[in-house]
Amino acid sequence: MAQQLTAKEPTAAQIAEQKIYKQFGVSDEEYAKVCGFLGRQPNYVEIGVFSVMWSEHCSYKNSKPVLRKFPTTGPRVLMGPGEGAGVVDIGDNQAVVFKIESHNHPSAIEPFQGAATGVGGIIRDIFSMGARPIAVLNSLRFGRLENERVKYLFEHVVAGIAGYGNCIGIPTVGGEVMFDESYEGNPLVNAMCVGIIDHDKIQKGVAKGIGNPVFYVGPATGRDGIHGATFASEELTEESEAKRPAVQVGDPFMEKLVLEACIELINSGIVIGIQDMGAAGLTCSSSEMASKAGNGMVLYLDRVPQREEGMTAYEMMLSESQERMLFVVEPDKEEQAKEIFTRWGLICENVGNVTEDGMLTLIHHGEKVAEIPVTALVDECPVYNKPSQVPAYYVQNANVDVSAYAEVDDLNGALKKILASPTVASKEWIYNQYDYMVRTSTAVGPGSDAAVVTIRGTRKALAMTTDCNGRYVYLDPKVGGAIAVAEAARNIVCSGGQPLAITDNLNFGSPEKPEIFWQLEQSADGITEACLALDTPVIGGNVSLYNENAKGAIYPTPVIGMVGLIHDIDHITTQGFKNSGDVVFLLGETKVELGGSELQKVWYGVTEGRPPSIDLAAEGKLQQALLAAIQGGLVASAHDCAEGGVAVALVESAISGKFGVSVNLQTSLRADQALFSESQSRVVVSVAPANEAAFAALMAEHGVPCQTIGAVGAKAERTAEGTRVVGGAEVTITVNGAEAISLPLAEVETTWKDAIPCLMQ
Amino acid sequence: MIKATVYVTVKQNVLDVQGSAVQGALHSLGFGEVNQVRIGKYLELKLDTSDKAEAEARVKTMCEKLLANTVIEDYRFELS
Amino acid sequence: MNFAVLVFPGSNCDIDCYKAVEDTIGQPVDFIWHTATDLSKYDAIIVPGGFSYGDYLRCGAISRFAPVMNEVIKAAQAGKFVLGICNGFQILLESGLLPGAMLRNRSLKFRCHSSLLRVENNTTPFTVDYEAGEVIDIPIAHGEGNYYCDEETLARLHSNKQIVFRYAHENPNGSLDDIAGICNEHGNVVGMMPHPERAVHQLLGSEDGKRMFTSVLKVWRERHGATVNS
Repeated sequence: MAQQLTAKEPTAAQIAEQKIYKQFGVSDEEYAKVCGFLGRQPNYVEIGVFSVMWSEHCSYKNSKPVLRKFPTTGPRVLMGPGEGAGVVDIGDNQAVVFKIESHNHPSAIEPFQGAATGVGGIIRDIFSMGARPIAVLNSLRFGRLENERVKYLFEHVVAGIAGYGNCIGIPTVGGEVMFDESYEGNPLVNAMCVGIIDHDKIQKGVAKGIGNPVFYVGPATGRDGIHGATFASEELTEESEAKRPAVQVGDPFMEKLVLEACIELINSGIVIGIQDMGAAGLTCSSSEMASKAGNGMVLYLDRVPQREEGMTAYEMMLSESQERMLFVVEPDKEEQAKEIFTRWGLICENVGNVTEDGMLTLIHHGEKVAEIPVTALVDECPVYNKPSQVPAYYVQNANVDVSAYAEVDDLNGALKKILASPTVASKEWIYNQYDYMVRTSTAVGPGSDAAVVTIRGTRKALAMTTDCNGRYVYLDPKVGGAIAVAEAARNIVCSGGQPLAITDNLNFGSPEKPEIFWQLEQSADGITEACLALDTPVIGGNVSLYNENAKGAIYPTPVIGMVGLIHDIDHITTQGFKNSGDVVFLLGETKVELGGSELQKVWYGVTEGRPPSIDLAAEGKLQQALLAAIQGGLVASAHDCAEGGVAVALVESAISGKFGVSVNLQTSLRADQALFSESQSRVVVSVAPANEAAFAALMAEHGVPCQTIGAVGAKAERTAEGTRVVGGAEVTITVNGAEAISLPLAEVETTWKDAIPCLMQ
Repeated sequence: MIKATVYVTVKQNVLDVQGSAVQGALHSLGFGEVNQVRIGKYLELKLDTSDKAEAEARVKTMCEKLLANTVIEDYRFELS
Repeated sequence: MNFAVLVFPGSNCDIDCYKAVEDTIGQPVDFIWHTATDLSKYDAIIVPGGFSYGDYLRCGAISRFAPVMNEVIKAAQAGKFVLGICNGFQILLESGLLPGAMLRNRSLKFRCHSSLLRVENNTTPFTVDYEAGEVIDIPIAHGEGNYYCDEETLARLHSNKQIVFRYAHENPNGSLDDIAGICNEHGNVVGMMPHPERAVHQLLGSEDGKRMFTSVLKVWRERHGATVNS
């Protein structure tokens, strides 16, 4: 093996003696394994390559035992986890491709570029499957918005998402954001992309065909992002600031060109395998493509386009420069491929060949600088079964009795306080910065239960959402994990869609801590149960561990991205009330469930106890019944009860529809509990009077608890622009006939809409 | 080799929205003495020529044609 | 009537414009690459929105030097219909086909939402199907739509009735005189920041953009009456 050419790089012997591998996060045990696979000590390039491939980010070495539990198959699943993204059949030879991925650590350090490159990366995952990306969503978590640093992170993360998505021309149609001090210093930035593909166009990242050329496409490689994958697998500390060069810079214009050229290349039918260069760049894409085909690959690094002078093999292999792809074609198709990229003004270089020896071989300046069995890199990373332990807080929380809280003495005030909480408040400030309309297929944009994107040339549409309440998961990871899936499915159903499958992004603290690993295990169990009960397999996802700050771990946040199929555009349903006089129903049962609720947070100032319970069988029945009612044309509006309970659901339906509402809740609970409890499996539905009986009968038939609670009130008077309510409508809620909430719609709307803009001024 | 350094700024009579925002931020940070902020672009061009007069004329044309939009922007440049 | 939708590297509303022509008036439409040097076949040219060349340097500044723009200028001079939407409007400004320039939005933020426009001039080929003074709902999506020109130019825009659309209530970007769209002196070249191609179906929230397409077809048919009748 040639020694490294750069004097600065330590020799294989020095790496061993000085344990330099530890700087890359490689343990003694892992180092010994590497030596075993190679039959010798690794040189600097080789240990670098191993360290990124064996990082948690690429290998899932700590989470694999947990991920194995997920159900990943189903009649509609065409491709489960393992490729760039999962694929689900939607009929007519079409399929939907989607995946979610995190960019938490880069965004904590450089929020604009961190978020932007997160969006760019997930879009590449989708089009490298051969799919046309049609929508982007995001799931964000920040600390309290009163904090100046949080404001900075929030503003720049949103700008970064907007900057990338708007430029590349893929609509950002939805998502969610929550604020809680647990995320201070460690925001979560998860981006999800959804694409459409014909069955026969689905691509795989495989390097098949011995001797076939391997091509590099995209901008030249620079020194940016070296060791990004390793960085993502460590806790954020004060030293992280010093690691700032690890953050890459996104170029959405370049990605737009790469996207169009790659789709053209794939449509030409000549591609044998294609994969994007994401985390661990050239290293990960080359070794994974070779491994999946059972082959090897030789790369001639002198041919890799380089942006900077004097780059070493180590730097080229570990660079995370953005917007790059690797693909394989047959030798006689080289000119055809190059012609396509030249027309799009892109670099396309033959950088190597598929080999039969099963080795990743790197040649630089005419010398062999690395030779590693690809299976060792991709499949042989040690898997750890981490110890797990029930945390003390969980045990203590069993003693909390949320029903014993002093009764809220000012219900109007409590409602307004909840509406002004950034987690509940209108997210218009955010999504008005996103182009959610480009591609002119967005039937329902941000702000309803799920976004809806139509599929041109058909009467079908896709509903999509991301969900997770980290407070519930913290209080009971298993229940919270199940609720995340159930709520996502409920949002899809409320929009008129049949839930198809999920992609998950498991954001947790350090798995080295047994209490955190317990959270991970438990929530995966909850997700698994809910996926089985609701028939929504897991088709892919991402794990982000080590999300910690000085005060400890973030709330465990397994974000669920779900896509549903709307069989006919006539079924598209939104949360806003539609007509004055429509009958308002509340589906589901309300219990005293305030643990992890918004009321508990903003009124009592704590997050404690147990979260709301979830009965997955009841949830399934509710969803089936509601979907049947929507498909039968009985439903005018549907809105799931989430943070802030039925009171907030009613207000949001009123504001969205610009109608007043008047209801009475008949209950054995206290008024504050009835209004703000966050019991699951509940939906506020409005129905035209002519359909009232049929709707009630259908719910009874399915065994779904269903109460008529009131009626949609007067249509609100609005400003000329139509954006704000100025009068004419009231929100009135009585509990057992006694006045509980009585507020002008204009007032609640102002509270709800102005909360985030005011904090950001 | 001649290096041209080009500065493009928003014209004095046109509101520089970015500049105003930065001025506001500086004021709120206690730099009350900041009377005006103008934000512009800075470009470095390396020219394969040693003829300064020719470079001067050509850089001027570059500015007029592409580098600045003279409806809203002023430019100036230095050669070294 | 033949439509061309130009495609620059980074255009992203090209497909939407194409679909809008198909869906609203069902006329033949082609994507035309930025390197094209012959537009003689086309009666109307749409310069679509997006981020041509990434909006690097200035929005539209690089695109205006694309070979196809010489042909657009020729077509405009020959009286053919040219519509620039959003980034397309910015390109028309940079190319000098329309007067003025764009600054960043006053809010310094990209803004995407529906907006109400007042039709100030319903005599251009793109607006004859609207009533003068009618208020229509057409969405915006831009970060640099703050239209600017000097006083002399503004006076000329007024006297020649070159202001086609104004923001009817809230001005979302700080544009001079609430300008949302303008035309050239002959009226055959129109540029606007709002996106009529995004308002062609009730599912998209508004159908008010449809009439820009029906207008231009109507005017073309009037001018080519003999051809159509035969």
